[in-house]
Amino acid sequence: MSESTEIRDRSLRRSRRDRLGEGGDSSADSAAGNRAEPTSRLNPAGKGDGLDLGRIRGQRTARAGTLFLLLIIALIAACVLSAAIGQLFIPPLEVIGSLLHKVGLDWLPGPSHEFGEEALWQVRFPRVVMTVLVGAALGVAGAMMQGVFGNPLAEPGVVGVSSGAAVGASASILFGWSFLGAFTTPTFAFVSGLITTFVVYTVSRSGGRTEVITLVLTGVAVNAIAGAAIAYITFAAPTSAREQIVFWQMGSFNGSLWSQVGLILPLIVFGIIIAQTLAPGLDILSLGEKSARHVGINVERLRIIVMAVVALLVSAAVAFCGIIAFVGLVVPHIIRMVIGPGHRLLLPASVLGGAVLLSIADLAARTLVEFADLPIGMLTSLVGGPFFFYLIRRSRKESGGWA
Amino acid sequence: MSIGSLNRSSVRRAEFPAPGEPIISVRGAEVSFGDRSILAGIDLDIRCGEVLAIVGPNGAGKSTLVNAVTADVELDAGKVLIDGEAEYSWSTRELALRRAVLLQDIGMAFPFTVLEVVEMGRSPWAGMRESQHDDLIVSGSMSRTETVQFAARKFTSLSGGEKARVALARVLAQATPALLLDEPTAPMDIRHQELVLQQARDYASTGGAVVIIVHNLDLAGAYADRIAMISNGSIIADGPPSEVLTADRISDVYDYPVSIVADPNTGAPLVVPVRAGRKEN
Repeated sequence: MSESTEIRDRSLRRSRRDRLGEGGDSSADSAAGNRAEPTSRLNPAGKGDGLDLGRIRGQRTARAGTLFLLLIIALIAACVLSAAIGQLFIPPLEVIGSLLHKVGLDWLPGPSHEFGEEALWQVRFPRVVMTVLVGAALGVAGAMMQGVFGNPLAEPGVVGVSSGAAVGASASILFGWSFLGAFTTPTFAFVSGLITTFVVYTVSRSGGRTEVITLVLTGVAVNAIAGAAIAYITFAAPTSAREQIVFWQMGSFNGSLWSQVGLILPLIVFGIIIAQTLAPGLDILSLGEKSARHVGINVERLRIIVMAVVALLVSAAVAFCGIIAFVGLVVPHIIRMVIGPGHRLLLPASVLGGAVLLSIADLAARTLVEFADLPIGMLTSLVGGPFFFYLIRRSRKESGGWA
Repeated sequence: MSIGSLNRSSVRRAEFPAPGEPIISVRGAEVSFGDRSILAGIDLDIRCGEVLAIVGPNGAGKSTLVNAVTADVELDAGKVLIDGEAEYSWSTRELALRRAVLLQDIGMAFPFTVLEVVEMGRSPWAGMRESQHDDLIVSGSMSRTETVQFAARKFTSLSGGEKARVALARVLAQATPALLLDEPTAPMDIRHQELVLQQARDYASTGGAVVIIVHNLDLAGAYADRIAMISNGSIIADGPPSEVLTADRISDVYDYPVSIVADPNTGAPLVVPVRAGRKEN
């Protein structure tokens, strides 16, 4: 480069800096001394031109803090109300009192009704805990799946986890297997859900990479096959088993037991913890596969881990309660609108949000129609279906929604 | 990504080669899609301390060359050496500490803020001592790309040219020895085109190696130390702008007659397509 170019360069640069109101001349201190890191010659004065990182981050943190607080309050309220309301009404204070007695605190009165204590601990509390766990698992699984596919429309159902799990569960009901006792059906749901997920994943890979659109379409095909298998099993099953299969597909928390809670609790907690460690990678995946790889993310490995965790969470969630759709779609979407798409906050907020949503939905399922326990899967689909339409319309308008 | 990369000590740090030393070397690279040959034996050294412009007509193989360097396409023959070792001997993260890449496709799947996007460029350094300078480097690369004013805005709400600048800020923040830019100036106005090329020069003058694919031959002529012209998958010229940008060669490669004039301010070559004058009424 000629000397005159150099001079022109410098004057241009200086004029730009003047306009930006920066001080100092950074072009002089370049070369030799700072060779080790090109950006180390950064002019600290660059901070002076209106970029207040602390302020920008502070706004986000404040919003996130408010949201978490609200979600926690809503969750506690929903749980207490769920435990209180039913055929036998137990005042919320007595519900709390009963809980406190259990941990040895004698602050509030326990249930005044003679069957109150029993109703709470035998029927309602396991159901409430189950609802919270399943909601949390479905919420976080949805958020992860959307992150890994870079598509806000991705849902555990899309890649075939739900229907794959349903095949295993219905098969075990049809053949009357019971070699694992009460856990036979859930175990089969889990195993077949996992297998299905990895089949989808393997089939949709080409040349070591996975195109999102291929994966989603493969999911569609697998869903169709699984649907046919379920249809055949339903057709072939004796009447009693058929009823069981149909109800399992509609989803319900009716008859939740502590033993069931005990089985899925460690699975879901483990899944949620692993999910949280994957959050930074999921953020960067938003740049696109190639660019994420270029900033050091092992995209293939991240995807496999995410798929495994999603399969684990969803299978654990549907194992006892059947298919409950759209929780993983609605919850992360609303949370993203409030606190942005960063997964470090999105994932834990989806845990809470899913729990809140499903607790409220289950309360509605039990109380909307007197003396009837509506299938909760039906309710969530009733609300989630139209929401899915809304998302499709919005994604079409926004460029990149299908990426 | 955290599992498996928790063990920071196993990550080999990047050494900055001395100016003039190659950080990336391509040897005999051949790539074909089906039976169509895209790269037909490319040899190229990407050296520290210089701006290398890659020019050539549409479909010549410029982007494929970048993809070959970043291991996004498989080579049929030849090899790519990064920092003296074969590409595949480095982990994904170790590669990210050595070269930053700005692709033409800069979309974001979710509406992250501009600040969050630029911070993603620092992610390979997470957990290393260099990460204590993250904020300084992020704000610095934002002010150098004039993206400070929309730091808090959502990336997805920006215009094409603004997005391109934010994406550039992200790769600058990665602070790697080598910088690969695939048509960063395409959606930009004149001011920001010049700005990008000046940033490229600055980067090279502090010891970095910059590869930039540009269509605008004038920009290449004014700012690049070296120009590699690609045609039909081969490098047909590699040298200083004044040697590469000749009227005959450009007319031949682009299949359109051009003439070369000297920039009245700098003397750098300007490429002027030969046009029929408008008829005066």
